[in-house]
Amino acid sequence: MARRLPRKDVAIVGLGWTGSIMALELCRSGLDVVAIERGPWRDTATDFNIGTAPDELRYAVRHDIFLRTRQETLTMRNNSSQTALPIRRWGSFLPGNGVGGAGSHWNGQTWRFLPDDFRLRSKMIERYGEKIMPEGHQIQDWPMSYDELEPFYDKFEHVLGISGKAGNIKGQTQAGGNPFEGWRERDYPTPPMKQGYSQELFTKAAAGMGLHPFPRPSANLSSAYTNPYGCSMAPCTYCGFCERFGCSNYSKSSPQTCVLPALVREPNFEARTECEVTKVKLSGDGKMATGVIYVDANGEEWEQPADLVLLCAYGLFNVRLMLLSGIGKPYDPQSGEGVVGRNYAYQTGSGATAFFDNVNFNPFAAAGSLGVALDDYNSDNFDHGPHGFVGGASITNAYTNGRPIMYRPTPRGTPTWGSAWKKAVRETYQRVTNVGAQGSVMSYRANYLDLDPTYKDQLGRPLMRMTFDYQPNEIKMANWMAERCEEIAKAMGAKTTQINRLNTPWNVVPYQSTHNTGGTVTGSDPKTSVLNRYLQSWDVSNVFVMGASTFPQNAGYNPTGTVGALTYWALDAIQKKYLKSPGALVQQ
Amino acid sequence: MTRHWTTHRHGLRHLLAVALLTIPSAAIADPDTYLEAMRGRALVTAGDCVACHTAPGGAPFAGGLALQTPFGAIMTPNLTPDNATGIGSWSADDFARAMHEGKRPNGTRLYPAFPYPSYTKVTRADADAIFAYLRSLAPVSNVVNRNTLPFPFNIRTSMLAWNAMFFTPGEFKPDPAKSETYNRGAYLVEGLGHCGVCHTPMNALGANKADHAFEGGRIDNWTAPNITNDAQLGLGKWSVDDVVQYLKNGQARGVIASGPMKDVVENSTSKMPDDDLKAMAVYLKERGAAGGATPSPVAATDGRMKVGEAIFVDTCAACHVRSGEGIPRVFPKLAGATIAVQDDPASLIHVVITGGQAAATATHPTAPTMPSFGYRLSDEQIAAVVTYVRNSWGNAASPVTAGEVKAVRGKVTGAAD
Repeated sequence: MARRLPRKDVAIVGLGWTGSIMALELCRSGLDVVAIERGPWRDTATDFNIGTAPDELRYAVRHDIFLRTRQETLTMRNNSSQTALPIRRWGSFLPGNGVGGAGSHWNGQTWRFLPDDFRLRSKMIERYGEKIMPEGHQIQDWPMSYDELEPFYDKFEHVLGISGKAGNIKGQTQAGGNPFEGWRERDYPTPPMKQGYSQELFTKAAAGMGLHPFPRPSANLSSAYTNPYGCSMAPCTYCGFCERFGCSNYSKSSPQTCVLPALVREPNFEARTECEVTKVKLSGDGKMATGVIYVDANGEEWEQPADLVLLCAYGLFNVRLMLLSGIGKPYDPQSGEGVVGRNYAYQTGSGATAFFDNVNFNPFAAAGSLGVALDDYNSDNFDHGPHGFVGGASITNAYTNGRPIMYRPTPRGTPTWGSAWKKAVRETYQRVTNVGAQGSVMSYRANYLDLDPTYKDQLGRPLMRMTFDYQPNEIKMANWMAERCEEIAKAMGAKTTQINRLNTPWNVVPYQSTHNTGGTVTGSDPKTSVLNRYLQSWDVSNVFVMGASTFPQNAGYNPTGTVGALTYWALDAIQKKYLKSPGALVQQ
Repeated sequence: MTRHWTTHRHGLRHLLAVALLTIPSAAIADPDTYLEAMRGRALVTAGDCVACHTAPGGAPFAGGLALQTPFGAIMTPNLTPDNATGIGSWSADDFARAMHEGKRPNGTRLYPAFPYPSYTKVTRADADAIFAYLRSLAPVSNVVNRNTLPFPFNIRTSMLAWNAMFFTPGEFKPDPAKSETYNRGAYLVEGLGHCGVCHTPMNALGANKADHAFEGGRIDNWTAPNITNDAQLGLGKWSVDDVVQYLKNGQARGVIASGPMKDVVENSTSKMPDDDLKAMAVYLKERGAAGGATPSPVAATDGRMKVGEAIFVDTCAACHVRSGEGIPRVFPKLAGATIAVQDDPASLIHVVITGGQAAATATHPTAPTMPSFGYRLSDEQIAAVVTYVRNSWGNAASPVTAGEVKAVRGKVTGAAD
């Protein structure tokens, strides 16, 4: 039986980007806030010390700061005719663990979704008719518009200090930026990063083809920056230890660099680390949350009563917590009814590898968000009519790292060991570059999350089951994008190129993307969404859910920028509306 | 477990635990004495009493911190109004006598680790306010062993002779020729602030050398730099506002407070009123300049400089940058930094060996850290890189020997001398 603790105003589950922002802002609104985090405390000084931080074996290979599958994992299958099995070693995606969450080990690519992405369904049908919509899709418009989110994108970018070049300031196209982007009130807080030789070739080739390359927005900062919370950052040194690592140089935007130094000064904030929330506790009628139940590091169970519960864990685990807590009706793919677990989506990866002669690309001078991108083939920036697919991709030429263990590119067909492999590694390292397409994945009736009927975690709770595969629309889109990438690679002057089509069926082993979306989507209709437009549960009005699990379908961008914007958007509604009059912010 | 003069707090982890504890509520004070207690609280902040009178992880003001002095460790007493273990049975007169004369109620003598040679300057009214605040704290029962010094220093009557030589009792006397601001600053700096305890060199008997006031000292193996108005070694190039910003934010002119000054800024100066900070700055700037002659720099062609430069480029330049300019608000500037050119290189050696963390303040909460390099740089290498830093980009100071590094290493890491 859980022992009951004194009440708090707000209980936050998970202390990553969304949890730390919510905690800081709500503390400053005068509320008593407790954040409950299942992983350890992590800070730059102690955990990301330069003496130990750039350790590829420890962090990149052995996943030091990631969730352990013995703490929690998922079962997976490609379709509902299969029996799902547990993921026993993370591969395709890498959930974070501990304070900072995925925000401490990310690369830092910080995008805004395009205005069209927020009304994708309407836009596609208006322009192409119903016939373009893929078989079995559940694509839906977002319940808020880009224009509504713009101030909150701006806020998030300025907390992070993002380095980039605006393409559209208040409707005026800016040379050197992304001409397809939605309007922004002002330029990025810091100028773009310095690009390498490969990006120079890409920029020239793409511009020559009539495309519109621009430096991609980066949370590896180009210059020193102090954010509105007073937290200071130093310029990136291009060491290339970003993704899978904490930054030791105060250069990568993370909860550690951007929020926690201010948060820990708040007298009404408390963090409980190594404490795992097992469920949101509901009132007898199931209409209100009374707090959360959690288990501490000693296995003791506690009840933390709270007036407001914010689920700020990694998206997938927010979905599971909703299912385990009985908030909202679970999705049933047979009947198509229910909402929790519905519209799980992912991303596609495809592109082309380009091999050159007589160049030194120096991939070790890298950063997680270094790179040049173009959006000519993203969202609805191009005519989908002739192609018969929905969605798009951002296309990028980038070096995120040239690290010694895992960055060993070789041409296809090279042996994977022995002298031929060594020779190929030597010859390839300096003269290979990649043009990659990060593509959207739509939501489908057949792709979803639910509780596994067989496998349980160490606390005896059912694991979550992921049922996912790429659908024909995504395969067609991603492979078309790979051809566009190869065209650019050839125009860059590559001696040989190699096309990388989408790997199907989706496979959990090789790393692909930690951009899992959906499962607790936001929408205008409680029959097709878990959360209203303020990310508030339709069913339990004192529960809000943050993160990419709120996306109705996925876009061709990294999700963190939109996750951050949605957090500040929901916060604004909580501060201006909910706290004045607690209750449902949207009437059903 | 012993702690040094100033507490070396603390990762964020630690901050979380202490955040709620560091400022006890004065709300329990008797309404009649509330204003007096609140005035006392501000004075207690200016005196940074909490720094010494709190054990690691202990209740604030309940004492039990082991102060390391050249004569042995002294455990600080419990200042909470607990009758048995604190100062619950003291009167205001008792408290004032301790502050002004260095004596306990029973007449036995305190050691000047309690800086009564400074506190004697505190007015009786201020001493009473401080006492009123301490009376408002919740009593904490904490028995502290007050007799830890070894023979012969454990004989408290020995302080009679010490006092005769070095202690001039008496409240602060304002200088009528100077401004009110200057006199306020002098009162704070010389009295409650007890800045000279660290920033004035000590003689062999642990007394500050009055004729070298504020010319720099050493505390807990850190250099307390010259804070006279000397242009090379002191505050000569700093404006009054620079000094105020430093005390308030922990940073100014690319210089970032760390070491013991981190605690001073966090616990004390960052919480003081701007007017008081300005007064302290005006006093320090106007009271005069003093310091040793500047040596000519070690030549760039010197072998130590070449080795030092190679180490600097490999190990230091990623943060402090090649030009020694550092990164604003994150990585301290070394070019032109007075800490780099003090005659005593202890801070430079210390921070390279152990690393360090900057002060966190409301306006500058980041508190960036320098990692420890003692595990991979030899005494010779540290001597070379510190010599390089002391003699590059316009800096000029005596070269550092491997022997000096070894001596500091022995003290700060516990390694054998």
